[in-house]
Formats: sequence, C-alpha cells, structure tokens
Amino acid sequence: MSAARTAILNDIARGLGRAPLDPAAQAAVTRRIDSRTRNTVPLRGQLPAAEQRDLFVSQAQAMGATVNRIGSTETIPDAIADYLAGHNLPTELILSPDPDLTGLPWQRRPLLSIKHGAPWPTDMVGVALAVAGVAETGTLVLHSGAHASTSLNFTPDTHIVVVHGSQVVGAYEDAFDMLRAKVGPSWPRTVNLITGPSRTADIEQTLIMGAHGPRRLHVILVENQTA
Amino acid sequence: MNFQPLDFKANARKAMADPNLREALSRVQTNFSGRRAEAVARLPEFDQLRHDARAIKDHVLAHLDVYLERFEQKVVEAGGHVHWCRTPREARETILSLCRKVEAKTCTKGKSMIAEEIALNPFLAANGVQPIETDLGEYIIQLADEPPSHIIGPAVHKTKAQISDLFHEHHAKLGRTQRITDEQGLVNEAREILRQKYFDADVGITGANLLVAETGSSVIVTNEGNGDLTQTLPKMHIVIASLEKVVPTLEDACTILRVLARSATGQEFSVYTTFSTGPRRPDDVDGPGEYHVVLLDNGRSAMVGTVLGELLRCIRCGACMNHCPVYQSVGGHAYGWVYPGPIGAALDPHFIGIEAGQHLPQASTFCGRCEEVCPMQIPLPAIMRHWREQSFSARVTPPLQRYAIRLWAMAARRPALYRLGARLAMGALALAGRGRGRFARLPLAGGWTAGRDLPAPAGRTFQDQWRGARE
Repeated sequence: MSAARTAILNDIARGLGRAPLDPAAQAAVTRRIDSRTRNTVPLRGQLPAAEQRDLFVSQAQAMGATVNRIGSTETIPDAIADYLAGHNLPTELILSPDPDLTGLPWQRRPLLSIKHGAPWPTDMVGVALAVAGVAETGTLVLHSGAHASTSLNFTPDTHIVVVHGSQVVGAYEDAFDMLRAKVGPSWPRTVNLITGPSRTADIEQTLIMGAHGPRRLHVILVENQTA
Repeated sequence: MNFQPLDFKANARKAMADPNLREALSRVQTNFSGRRAEAVARLPEFDQLRHDARAIKDHVLAHLDVYLERFEQKVVEAGGHVHWCRTPREARETILSLCRKVEAKTCTKGKSMIAEEIALNPFLAANGVQPIETDLGEYIIQLADEPPSHIIGPAVHKTKAQISDLFHEHHAKLGRTQRITDEQGLVNEAREILRQKYFDADVGITGANLLVAETGSSVIVTNEGNGDLTQTLPKMHIVIASLEKVVPTLEDACTILRVLARSATGQEFSVYTTFSTGPRRPDDVDGPGEYHVVLLDNGRSAMVGTVLGELLRCIRCGACMNHCPVYQSVGGHAYGWVYPGPIGAALDPHFIGIEAGQHLPQASTFCGRCEEVCPMQIPLPAIMRHWREQSFSARVTPPLQRYAIRLWAMAARRPALYRLGARLAMGALALAGRGRGRFARLPLAGGWTAGRDLPAPAGRTFQDQWRGARE
C-alpha cells in the first residue's frame, strides 16, 4: 500500500500548495512536538496540593466512584476487606502483579484469598495500583507493563484502585509529565484514564451503571506518603 | 453503506409520522443539550479551550502530511503497523487480510463511524468473519439490522419497548426466553451475552477519537468499557481511523478531550479514555500481540486547503445534531448516509456527490445553533450554503426553483422594483387574508401550507414600517 501512502501525502501537499513533507513544515512539526506546550489548563486543575486531593475525591465521587482515605499502606488489606464485607462482595481477590501490591501484609486479613496476574472471566474483584490521580475530573491513570494487567481494569465486577496522595495531581498534563518521567522513552502499550465505574445511556438516554466494565469503582487514597 | 439521500423529503415525511421516533427524539433535546449546557457552565475556561482546540486542528491540517508521517514513524517504533488506504475498498480488504492472517472467525468491534463509512460489517460477514458490535447502542442496531441514527447514540431512535422486543426476539435462541422490560435488566442481559465473546474473539476492531503523533498512540473514549475489552483481549487490535484524527502531543490531546465529552454527553469526562501504543511488550501481562492502524483517506486529502477543509476539524461529538431543529424533527436515518445532522448535511455531499446529496444542505433552517455549539467552531451553515451554490451552478437544483431564484435575484438587485413588488404582494395578501389572519392553502406555496398555515402579512412591508418608525 505504499502507492496509497505516496498518493495521500501528495494530495495533502497539493491542497497546501507546497511539496510533500517539505523541510520548513518538518521543522515546524518537530518544534511543536518537542516543545510540548500546554494549552489552557483549567484553574481547578492548578490548586495547592491539599485542595487538589479534596477535589480529586469529590470529583471521583461525583462520577460514581467511592473513595476511602487511609493513613498508611499497611492498612490497605484492612480497607479492602472491610469494603468487601460492607458491600457483601466476594473475598477472592485478583491483584495486578505489582510488588507494591503483592508485598502488602495480606496475612492481616486471612479471610481474603489472593491471586495475582491477568484475570479470568470468573474473577469478580480486581485490585490495581494507579500511577496518578487527576483532580480536575477525579480521574485515575493506570498503565500496562510487566507489573500491571490492563484487562484487570475491565473484566472484574468490582475494581479497587490504590493511589497515593503524592500521586494526585491537578491536571491531565501533570499526570502525563509524571508518566513521561517514570517510563522514559518506552511508552507503555496501554495508558488508561478511568473516571468512575462503567455506564451506558444507550437505552432512552437513561443512565445505567455496569455496562461492560466494572459495576463498582472503589478508590483507596493513601495519604501518608506526601513526599 | 447504501444511501438514499435523494429520498430525503420522503424519508423526513415518514419520520415525522412515526410515533416511536417522535417519542425517542423528544429526549435528545432535554438530555444531550441540557447536560451539555450544565457541563459548559461548570467550566469557566470552556470557550478558551474551544479556541485552543480549534487552533490545534488548524495547525495540524496545515502540516497534515508531516504529522501523519511522524505518527506512522512512532507506531512502527513501538512495533505496530500503519496501513494507508485511499478508498473504503482498500480499507475493507486490508482489514479482511489482517483478520485472515490470524484465521479469525469472530471479531469484536468498538464503536466506529469510519467502519460505517466503509461498510465494514457486511463485508466481513460475507467473507467468513463474524463482526460483533459491543457498544450497547451498536449492538441494538446490529440486532435490528439498521445503521446508526446518531454518531454517539447509535440507537437513539429506539424506544425501550422496541429494544425489549428486539432482545426477546434475538436472545430466545440463546435460551433467554423471558421478556425483559427494564433498562437495568436489558443492560445486564447484553453484558452477559457479550462477555464470553470478548474472550473468544480473534481480532478486536476499534475506531479512534484521536491519534497522537508524539507517541504513536490511538485514543478511544467510551463509557461502557466495551472498547477496552475489545482491544485488550484478542490476539490482534486493529484501529480504523480517518487521517484528520492526528494531533501533535499529549498536551493537545488533553485539550481536545476536555471539550469532547462536555460537548457530546455533557459529562465532565468520559469514563474510559485509553491510549494504545503498539502491541503488548514482551514482558507485558496481557494485551494484543499485534497492533495495526488502518488510515483511511476516502477523499479527505482533497478537502485540505479548500472551503471544506474546516470540516476536518470535526471531532464527532454530535453536539450539532443535538441542537438541530431539523435533526430533532426527522432523526438521523432521514439523512440517508453515514453522518446525519448538520455535520452530515455539510459532509455527506462530499462523499456521495452533490447530485445524490442535493437535499442535505437544504435540510437546515440556518438558525446557526450548530455552529454556536460546535467545539471546533466549524462554520456549518456557511458550508451548507457553499453546497447550495454548487448545486445551483451544477444545475442540480430543479428548474422551477432556479427560475424563482433568478427572478428573486433580479428584483433584489433593483430596489425600486423590489419595493413596489413587495408592497403589492403584501398588500394583496393582507387583503385576502384579513378574515382568518392566515392561509390554509395558497397557490405556489403548497410545500409550506401542506404542513402548516401561512400567517397573513400585516399589510405594510418591513421596509415601509422601518422607514415609518424612523420618521
């Protein structure tokens, strides 16, 4: 199909009244991409850190997520066990295979049964670790890799996501900067921005939760690590 | 897709007489438009974001060839492939050969208007690959064997009762014989039926809301999560996108995403926004083994640098149709081709020709709301006017209309003659209509009076009244 490629590029250039891929245009594009200039960022995405966390929580709740703010990573298993018990949900968990999750003191709650890896269709509760929380819309940012399963963000009925207070940023742009710093030049296969649980309004525009993805999204915000 | 735009008038008449459609369309105004207004009011920077979003797209279109090449470069670096396709046929055949490569029997599909544009489903089905729509609205219309009637709410023309009937009819053979009538029950049933299909599919096909040149990513936006299951679980992920979707950087993607959901559904943000870059990496836990982007031109490159080039800024949010009095009266199917509403009236003639599409640019009151709410500030009425002019100069416009327009133009260029003619006509009509104040029938105005009365004029022309008021 390289004939098609040439023809398309030529057609575009003809419309622009210049040669295809001309050097001045190349230079302009390189400048634009390398500068990574931010466009308008809403003021609500530029609040001081403490207010940002409050906004993150209230926006996530407004989008239908539940949020539990806890003080230390050690109590994550307790928070999860209590949440599941409180909602009468299964106690079999599938963890995204991140050492920061699998290494938690799960023995504190012996009633929880723990697996990790990519989920089966029968796994009902998934636990994942976010790389960022975005205050402006209460959005979680997760990405694929050797330590994270993307399908786990979509197949279980209940999705529990852990995010640290230090990872809550104001705007999407801040989250992408964090991610660029973390992954370097090897951009991950999948970056998920998740805002609330799955829903649809395709039947008479009535909002119904739990379309194909998780019916419940529970966020655990760990606030001791404000570096 | 087959099209019947020559029948727009007949389609519209039929649509206006359909009580189910009337009921379904009555919700568009309150829901989509009302929610958009609320979301916009909550974000003081919304207009500035629209301005930025437009500037991004204008910049991209002025360097489109370079951005596409950069995007391709990044996709290849990440281990993916880009397939350039000039025509729907090339795109269909490319997708089929990719499906055959992995011996696909079924493919799941996320929502894609480009797939509609190239009529992908019937082609795949005829060639032994069963396409399974997974977006609930698309699933509903696939059962009904109908095209989408709205670009973000494909089944917006269906009532709950009709959907209940469809599910009852089609799911009985799956052992689900009980009729379900509530929304939650219908959603649950579709969820349960589609769940295993995600795991069984060999290929997942999605569209793309954006392509990012900086990273070589394709971006999809959904609320259901169907697109993510579609593109994560199978062996191969095929993205089908038209070439104007590319943006420079992640920062630019952020700006467009901020106006997209608010303009479309009135949400602050859609539930799932997903950036996909290449296939799964060697040590990834999951993800597709292959990643292909099918880049469709279909006449878009020829729009660059013309008056139609502004249409390439469109991000397919649907705000124009949600705010269009014509769309709200006739629904999406009346337009007869893939894109309905004001964007369709401006875009479809480019794809199907002005002769076949001659009625579409007429399907407007020129009230201007579409342009007012368009997040990309596309001058839709001006582009419809452009098509009307094309239609006139290509002699597609019917002779009687052409004579009438000529006569009008002649009078309009001679103010004295115009004033005299208007005075005589208004005076005569006022006199004739003085009894009831309106006309139920009038010679030469049958097109108007067939559907409603024509109010009788006040007797004096606007120009006379204006002059009177000033003196």
